Amino acid sequence: MKYLDEFRDPELALRLIDDISRLATKRHVLMEVCGGQTHSIIRNGIDRLLPDEIEMVHGPGCPVCVTPLETIDKALAIASRDGVIFCSFGDMLRVPGSGRDLFSVKSAGGDVRVVYSPLDAVQIARDNPDHETVFFGIGFETTAPANAMAVYQAKREGLTNFSMLVSHVLVPPAMRAILDAPTNRVEAFLAAGHVCSVMGYEEYDPIAAEYGTPIVVTGFEPLDLLQGIKMAVVQLEEGRAEVENAYQRAVNRKGNLPAQAMVADVFTTIDRNWRGIGMIPQSGWALADDYRSLDAAERFTVTDIATVESPLCHAGEVLRGTLKPDECPAFGKECTPRTPLGATMVSAEGACAAYYLYGRFRELEASP
Amino acid sequence: MCLGIPGKVIDITGEGVTRTGRVDFDGIVKEVNLAYVPDITVGDYTIVHVGFAITQLDEEAALETLAHLQEIEAVEVELDPDAALAAEEAAARGEA
Ligand code: SF4
Repeated sequence: MKYLDEFRDPELALRLIDDISRLATKRHVLMEVCGGQTHSIIRNGIDRLLPDEIEMVHGPGCPVCVTPLETIDKALAIASRDGVIFCSFGDMLRVPGSGRDLFSVKSAGGDVRVVYSPLDAVQIARDNPDHETVFFGIGFETTAPANAMAVYQAKREGLTNFSMLVSHVLVPPAMRAILDAPTNRVEAFLAAGHVCSVMGYEEYDPIAAEYGTPIVVTGFEPLDLLQGIKMAVVQLEEGRAEVENAYQRAVNRKGNLPAQAMVADVFTTIDRNWRGIGMIPQSGWALADDYRSLDAAERFTVTDIATVESPLCHAGEVLRGTLKPDECPAFGKECTPRTPLGATMVSAEGACAAYYLYGRFRELEASP
Repeated sequence: MCLGIPGKVIDITGEGVTRTGRVDFDGIVKEVNLAYVPDITVGDYTIVHVGFAITQLDEEAALETLAHLQEIEAVEVELDPDAALAAEEAAARGEA
């Protein structure tokens, strides 16, 4: 398939790995920010093919994983109400709230529907005028233009039975939070390619400069990832800290301007609590004042939410890159994708799920 | 959710915020909102995320990246006479 097979060529991949081995004269810790990249790295075994000098740690770029527990609990409360059709991306259904998940609300008779696009939820609202349709609008900058468009179209049409529970998060403030942490080991970032397709990459310049941290915009195929890693290693070896683009076919410096304009119209930047990580200033998007009438959190006042995380779960450390999933004592034991204790074990982009899915178990590795 | 894969635009209808098209992902065809890629035309490739085209793939940039990746070896062979010799020997064995 065009633009896919060429970037999976195993021979070129091995050459890139050779290159990286020659270039790396000392140990370097790199973080891929995006959970999609984490899955590609683990699935393709890239972390194991790299020379010992290069350690990949996995970042917080999994929107399902960082959606705050109180927001999940709010979603569960709204989805349980009579007359509500609650629409969500499929990943969200098994994410544990305090004790239950959307899937169990559905089993108990709640009208919970999985949609592929937020516009599908708008269509459900049009088709069901006597119901309230609520869409769970989560995601990073990549998803924001889609969710913004759904809100924009609903408002334009005067659809009064549509609303969105919004919990959007942003990459640059999360990078700063990671670099600011006293336990931080990350020396360079692979920036998430499709986030940059939307936002461009100028907003990373100040981070690279202030922290002296190389940032390389990177795609998702094996060659893209290896090229991104190589460019980051070259910068670290040369003592440079710049923003570079290893994903030129899909990303340009300015990003997608029409998408940015829509997002700027519909959303406003706010402080956001990240599950497992905590409050990060100015790290999220919520509905702007003009669109507040479509805010599900305001339309459905939900009170009495007492959140409880599993005491066994170390997802916060996993999301900050200070713990590998297979180092969590519950990994593969109390916690599996069927019985997840944390969101990172559920999502298609969660690091714990990636390790489980691709058979990364310590016991197996240790046995001869 | 961010793992968009490339697809080819096969038709376009509507305009403005409802500009829509069908996009072919190696045989699987999906309806996609094209409002954010106003310059895209039939035959172009795009990355689609939750039902929205978020970027138009730049063919020239793709070819450049690939050419650059292929070149790595060419340069190395020139710089490293031992490797060049080994490669020649291997080629000779292959022909024999
Ligand atoms: S393996 Fe399960 S319990 Fe451990 S950090 Fe991951 S999600 Fe949490």
